[in-house]
Amino acid sequence: MKKGKKMKNSGQTVNSQLLRKPIRRCFPLFVMPTLICFCIGFIWPFLQGIYLSFCDFNTPKDAKWIGVGNYAKAFKDAGFIHAFWNTAGFAVVSIILINVVAFFIAYALTQKMAGANLFRTVFFMPNLIGGVVLGYIWSMIFDAILKGYGTYLTSNATYGFWGLVILVAWQQIGYMMIIYIAGFQSVPGDMIEAAKIDGATGWQTLTRVIIPNIMPSVTICTFLTLTNSFKMFDQNLALTGGAPSVMMNGAKLNMTELLALNIYSTYNINKSWHGAAQAKAVVFFLLVAVLAIAQLTATRSKEVQQ
Amino acid sequence: MKKKEKTTYSFPSKILTVFFILLCLIWIMPIFEVLINSFKENAAVNTNAFALPDKDSFVGFANYIKGMTFGNYPFAKALGFSFLITISSVVVILLFTSMTAWYIARVDSKFARMFYYLCLFSMIVPFQMVMFTLSFTADQLKLNTPYAIPIVYLGFGAGMAIFMFVGFIKGLPLEIEEAAAIDGCGPIRTYFRVVFPMLKPTLISVGILETMWVWNDYLLPYLVLDRTKYMTIPILVQYLKGSYGSVDLGATMAVIMLSIIPIIIVYIFCQKHIIKGVAAGAVKG
Repeated sequence: MKKGKKMKNSGQTVNSQLLRKPIRRCFPLFVMPTLICFCIGFIWPFLQGIYLSFCDFNTPKDAKWIGVGNYAKAFKDAGFIHAFWNTAGFAVVSIILINVVAFFIAYALTQKMAGANLFRTVFFMPNLIGGVVLGYIWSMIFDAILKGYGTYLTSNATYGFWGLVILVAWQQIGYMMIIYIAGFQSVPGDMIEAAKIDGATGWQTLTRVIIPNIMPSVTICTFLTLTNSFKMFDQNLALTGGAPSVMMNGAKLNMTELLALNIYSTYNINKSWHGAAQAKAVVFFLLVAVLAIAQLTATRSKEVQQ
Repeated sequence: MKKKEKTTYSFPSKILTVFFILLCLIWIMPIFEVLINSFKENAAVNTNAFALPDKDSFVGFANYIKGMTFGNYPFAKALGFSFLITISSVVVILLFTSMTAWYIARVDSKFARMFYYLCLFSMIVPFQMVMFTLSFTADQLKLNTPYAIPIVYLGFGAGMAIFMFVGFIKGLPLEIEEAAAIDGCGPIRTYFRVVFPMLKPTLISVGILETMWVWNDYLLPYLVLDRTKYMTIPILVQYLKGSYGSVDLGATMAVIMLSIIPIIIVYIFCQKHIIKGVAAGAVKG
């Protein structure tokens, strides 16, 4: 591997000299603008965020180092733990629901069928609408349905949870469907033909030939649904905003809050919670990063090499 | 050729088509609901949201007229800021990240590689991690206006764009750029005359993904912008719903409808590009 790389490099010495040096001289034009913005918009806030999670602060200017106190406070907060389990449950349900439905819709639409393109267009459309707007559309609809039973959406955490699942499924199935369709179309036709000649049934062809070949799409879709459901914020805020809430040990516990919204509302309690909120954010980041990497390595290993 | 295909649809395939027609009708129900309710008076939305507007409840465009102005913030202003922010941010992102990606792919120095890995890293960092410090930094640097917010978007959104551009540029043949260099093109001319036009498919993909993100983004502009002066559509919708939504559902539905219409128009005209761009973007991710 290393040897091959070296050989490739030595073969390109002339070429790279020809391009590399002059491009390097243009560093201020080509890289500086992005680099400066990247530092302002990402690197600096990220590092400062880690630092502040160990501080007591109102604004970053009056930060006072206090050690891991914020983390202790965060983990003692029942709302945070509740939001974690809420998010985990929501992620499991929505990953399964979205991927299964999107998979079969994509499978059906890649068969010979009248109107497949029109259906694809319709299913994808909800993706283009922003999370806040989606939340309000669905809160109106759920309230209208529940009114028939003499109740309303934010009266019960179960309604809020499944309401969010339905909303997110409606929004994301179309997106994942597009990725699965691209996957189905990349399965070599002669492979399917060969399976047919060998006498494979439709089901066997699907499970033994098609699914192993579209594992890359499965990887991408489960990755996206996983990270999307963990990062879910706008829809959560607009649909229920965390309601209903109960009082627990003198603190307000928002029953339908997911992690991202919990962090946000912790900031807004008062300034004594800023540090704990930032500590929660760091924990949240670590959680998303670990999950994302674990998921990628787990499904990547199931992909077939061609 | 299409005609020939039509004659060969089998019976089960026809049943499937019928099933999908029904499914699609369910799929567009929510939007249809918003549409009919935007023409009904508030009381009718509250009592029976599923009924079609009738003689008593139909109010014509009154909700729309009300929706454009209520809440002390004109809808047109928010629409204007949304357009301004989205267009300028996406243009800035496309131009600068593609230039940086070319540098990373072609120079391939230690610094370039490190920058690239930092970009990958930034893609998995959730916004909540940086939201507080980012809004504070943006405030300090006076980036809290729609005219300066593209800088923040370029910073926070650079990761995905650079990742996709680098992937694409690495697949481009070096020979073309070398030929340009031999013919006496400097890097700047090589980039804008030779490389940039070749990037078109990725420019479309990245452009679409970034547009969908910036146009619909709520929390970043909400925290960064000076909210007393500047609102985008998602912020306005949230603001109206929060303070007036329970008062006038009909007008709120009209505002939601107004915010969806531009998206649907764009979608009808560019749906092929959008769907292709999303598929291409995802496959690379």
